[in-house]
Amino acid sequence: MAVQEAVVTTPLTVTVNGQERAEEVETRLLLVHFLRETLGLTGTHVGCDTTSCGACTVLVDGTPMKSCTMFAVQAEGRELTTVEGLEGAGGPPPIQEAFSAEHGLQCGFCTPGMMLTSIALLEQSPSPTDEEIRWAISGNVCRCTGYQNIVKAVHHAAAAMKEGS
Amino acid sequence: MVTNDTIGPRGRRSNRRFRERGGVSVYPATFEYFAPTSVDEALDTLERFGDEAKVLAGGQSLIPLMKLRIAAPSALVDIGRIDGLDALEERDGRLEIGALVTHADCEKSDLLRGRYGVLGATAPLVSDPIVRNRGTVCGSVAHADPQGDWGSALLALGAEVVAQGPDGERAIPLEDFCSGPFMTALEPAEIVTSIRTADPGPRAGGTYLKLERKVGDFATVGVAVHVSLDNGTIGRAGIALTGVGPTNVKATAAEDALAGAAPDDDAIAEAARLAAEAAQPLDDVRGSAEYKRNVVRVYTERGLRTAIAAAQS
Ligand SMILES: Cc1cc2nc3c(=O)[nH]c(=O)nc-3n(C[C@H](O)[C@H](O)[C@H](O)COP(=O)(O)OP(=O)(O)OC[C@H]3O[C@@H](n4cnc5c(N)ncnc54)[C@H](O)[C@@H]3O)c2cc1C
Ligand code: FES
Ligand code: FES
Repeated sequence: MAVQEAVVTTPLTVTVNGQERAEEVETRLLLVHFLRETLGLTGTHVGCDTTSCGACTVLVDGTPMKSCTMFAVQAEGRELTTVEGLEGAGGPPPIQEAFSAEHGLQCGFCTPGMMLTSIALLEQSPSPTDEEIRWAISGNVCRCTGYQNIVKAVHHAAAAMKEGS
Repeated sequence: MVTNDTIGPRGRRSNRRFRERGGVSVYPATFEYFAPTSVDEALDTLERFGDEAKVLAGGQSLIPLMKLRIAAPSALVDIGRIDGLDALEERDGRLEIGALVTHADCEKSDLLRGRYGVLGATAPLVSDPIVRNRGTVCGSVAHADPQGDWGSALLALGAEVVAQGPDGERAIPLEDFCSGPFMTALEPAEIVTSIRTADPGPRAGGTYLKLERKVGDFATVGVAVHVSLDNGTIGRAGIALTGVGPTNVKATAAEDALAGAAPDDDAIAEAARLAAEAAQPLDDVRGSAEYKRNVVRVYTERGLRTAIAAAQS
């Protein structure tokens, strides 16, 4: 016999990548599943599902958070940025260009989280040191690159963003 | 209605097998969600649900437990929208840490240096930078994980937990707050509104030393040290240990030996020996009991030197 569970839903309004989205969601729906399944934004990845890897990182009001460890309802009224929101108007944004130029990814699974964490860092510290970068991304796990090229990519993006501004 | 269809790729893939076994997915059990905007409103809801309800703060301990269904509260009271719980400020020489102050807020705060150095040293060692953006100090204390870092830091400094319940507010000395692993003196319908530290006095310093295998790991061993000087001698010393007992361990004998002593090598070595004696470590994947006990000794000695130097400067 299947276990029956009641469904409890609630209305949710959030701004995702600049666009307001209103949906009726289950209270227990995790933010990462809201993004991936309800909205179809599959750029946000599920790596560990245990709050350890940072693959699911999104920006909530500009701050990196692990979307596998947040209920969608907790995001009510907030502004979310996912990797899809990094798309620049005239081509790829500097952070994406930098990861490509410096070979800051191999399989790419950690990359959305890495880029969002890096964006938040550069917002606070436009010319970070190696140590600051390593510290900032220490909650994002990459099993491919060995991090060296990710650090280079963040420096690269910092320089490009300064030039652009 | 079975709702496996709505709960993600893993749930969906194994949907049929789950149904055949009569099971449900590994996602949180259903709950009613409340986002009150005042403490009174939150208390009303908590009272209505009794021990079926849980307070949700940063969610960085509770949500992982709910995903594993180790916790399955039927109501969540999210305190994140209550005004006035996010203050981190000094009042009458004591630091007040509101219920919504995150680990990251503490990491960035200039207040947590100097006299409150033990707290300032702890903040960047809790978990990883992304978890620190959401997790709260009060949530950590309410969770009462024996491997929690804040419990030790606050025990060393001296602190009380300020809780509000249906009968009003009470302050619980931190020493009396944790009764065992994940167990506290908190009633089901009580909310921790803040943690208030002791007044460290004008000449005080402290630090926290944590041995961890990697960023985001819980402590193999953590040692929190606080020292308040009184005319050049040690007025009060606080030493507390993480990861080596069923709760954070206050090394009382070491603290007593230091009170009134000159801050010299002999006093430091003796306190370190007594702190190691107070530890109750177990053999586990993070290390042998013998190793951990020795780390307590070494870290207490190092911590005391740092704390004394900070207090003297
Ligand atoms: C990957 C990872 C690594 C971690 N590493 C560490 C570490 O190294 N050291 C460490 O100390 N911690 C660590 N943590 C735990 C983290 O610090 C949590 O933030 C903290 O333990 C709980 O705070 P929270 O605000 O997230 O509480 P929640 O998860 O929201 O709540 C935890 C518990 O406390 C109760 N509660 C919370 N706030 C209140 C309140 N105001 N009044 C009454 N009850 C309340 C809840 O009902 C729940 O039972 C780690 C967590 C993760 C996911
Ligand atoms: S999937 Fe969220 S931290 Fe790994
Ligand atoms: S590029 Fe493969 S995990 Fe980082």
